[in-house]
Amino acid sequence: MIAPIALVPWLVAVPVAIAGIGLLFQFFAGLVPSFFFAWGYYFEVLIAGLLQGVMYSLVALGFVLIFKASSIFNFAQGSMALFAALSMVGFMEMGLWWPIAFIISAGVMVLVAVVIERVVLRPLVNQDHIILFMATIGIFYILDGFGQMLWGSDVKVLDIGIPREPMFALGAIFEGGILINQYDFVAALTGGVLVAALAVFFQYTRTGRALRAVADDHQAALSVGIPLKTIWVIVWAVAGIVALVAGIIWGGKAGVQFSLALIALKALPVLILGGFTSIPGAIIGGLIIGAGEQVAEVFLGHFVGGAIQDWFAYMLALIFLVFRPQGLFGERIIERV
Amino acid sequence: MLYREAGQFKTDYAADQAIFPILQDRIFLGVFLLIALVAIPLLANEYWLSTILIPFLVFSLAAIGLNLLTGYCGQLSLGTGGFMACGAFFAFKLATAFPDLHIAVVFLLAGLGTAGVGILFGIPSLRIKGFYLAVATLAAQFFLVWVFNKFPWWVNYSSSGVISAPAREIVPGFFITGTQASPVTKYVFLLVFVAILALVAKNLVRGKMGRSWMAIRDMDIAAEIVGIRPLHAKLSAFAISSFFIGIAGALWAFIYTGSVEALAFQIDRSFQVLFMIIIGGLGSILGSFLGAAFIVLLPIFLNNTMLAVDPSISTAIVSHIEFMIFGALIILFLIVEPHGLARLWQIAKEKLRLWPFPY
Repeated sequence: MIAPIALVPWLVAVPVAIAGIGLLFQFFAGLVPSFFFAWGYYFEVLIAGLLQGVMYSLVALGFVLIFKASSIFNFAQGSMALFAALSMVGFMEMGLWWPIAFIISAGVMVLVAVVIERVVLRPLVNQDHIILFMATIGIFYILDGFGQMLWGSDVKVLDIGIPREPMFALGAIFEGGILINQYDFVAALTGGVLVAALAVFFQYTRTGRALRAVADDHQAALSVGIPLKTIWVIVWAVAGIVALVAGIIWGGKAGVQFSLALIALKALPVLILGGFTSIPGAIIGGLIIGAGEQVAEVFLGHFVGGAIQDWFAYMLALIFLVFRPQGLFGERIIERV
Repeated sequence: MLYREAGQFKTDYAADQAIFPILQDRIFLGVFLLIALVAIPLLANEYWLSTILIPFLVFSLAAIGLNLLTGYCGQLSLGTGGFMACGAFFAFKLATAFPDLHIAVVFLLAGLGTAGVGILFGIPSLRIKGFYLAVATLAAQFFLVWVFNKFPWWVNYSSSGVISAPAREIVPGFFITGTQASPVTKYVFLLVFVAILALVAKNLVRGKMGRSWMAIRDMDIAAEIVGIRPLHAKLSAFAISSFFIGIAGALWAFIYTGSVEALAFQIDRSFQVLFMIIIGGLGSILGSFLGAAFIVLLPIFLNNTMLAVDPSISTAIVSHIEFMIFGALIILFLIVEPHGLARLWQIAKEKLRLWPFPY
């Protein structure tokens, strides 16, 4: 599932792109007096955006897992994150230590996966993609209603002891250093660890191999005796646990509330940028979207009235798609009559 | 026994190609329209008209629009809310800038404007397909709502950011917008307007254009090979679909709510209309009406039942349970009848034609 990507072009292209945009902005700043630009500030915004992007990646990752294994566009990923975070908060309010609450919540997500496979996916096998997509919107509504009914709909505080003080880095290069939010930094590390763990799981375990086989070709996998139904449960469970991690990190940052379910929408441009079927795509796409929208909002936003991050990511992805319809790392689309 | 076409011979092509070839269907439709046009305005009370029938008609039009695009042409769109906002704000700007323009013309022009926007956002559909396209249409959704929310020009610089429909008459003496408008006039106007547009849509999908859309939907490459131009087919589907959706948006703002802000056209609106066509039936004009009726009635029904069962229940719980039942019903529907209510109606008619004989 984790395909090796050509590293060298990226190592060249990314610094060139970053420097290029910076130089472009510097050029504008010379032309337009109201355009504020400083390299230190630029990097600060860029890093904040990248860290934000890691969180988008986490949500996108859950999408990709499910899409690869079952071609289902899982709209409920965001509400799974909300539901998981709500359960986590609920268990912690009962006085449990957070790792224990985490394990129980993970168990809950596995249970959710089993129920979804039994009740929703199994009867809908072989239906059109759009029908399955609508079914996941149904799941979205159910999980939202259920989670909030069970645990209440107030904004909740989720604190598992991640430090929140901002820190300064690279003081030697830029005047005053670059301000980095420590919470985001820890979140990014967690995301990295999760991705590494998933990579090991897919690459080196028996189940992981079966998952990759199913992702490649359902029917071939079935014919060599891989139980498709079990695989689906596992995939949804893994996606649920990814959602739990994403939910904890987002919830810890902004409080656990209904709007958490809507972060899924932010993950969609990430998906089309990276390709629906590629895990590295989800990660790199998340980073590009996160950094891109932050930089655009801070430096360009006030020229058009601000709040452009609502749609900037979509437009970026849209323009990108016109040139490369399968996304950055998506499988090449081959069509036959 | 009554519903049988035996003995009804068609002697010319016009009769053979009629929308309702069976006499009983025509009688049924006539009676139905008569009831809708005469009996309901006389009998229905204000509550029924303004909370159920008027939104039902507005949503039916939006659902027809989306069905043309998604059901007939196969291009999944999640931008319905954005296009409805387009229609609403275009109509508002037109109605306030040209006070003498007839209101029906305003609605049609707003629809035309939205069609232009639809073409613009339909251009990516030539390159991308399926869910990629669905996500791309989300760009339209977020961008359009942002535009109408951000620039005060669209609301004539009103500080609240809300547009209120100016009072307009459809024929002298009968207001359909503004505070003097009575629900009955609104309803009758909407009924006639939507019925005409539905007829237009029905004929479009039966004609050359509709056939080319369906060919694209079923397999675009094959369609291209047999000589259908994807550019024309896809962009015309986007344009006409947006035209209908834009008019629906204008009607929503002017006739149903009377005043509206851009945030009323968020993504939930898009999903709501998408549910209507899925539950009603993809690729069916009748299905658009059935789906709209279902989605409009369901929350009202659930709400009232729950309050009837336990009046002390809190509104938060009601809305959560409503969410859950709504989701569960959608899944149930998809499992039981993925082709929607229109398909059920068709099955019922076929059964009825043979009844009481099993074969």
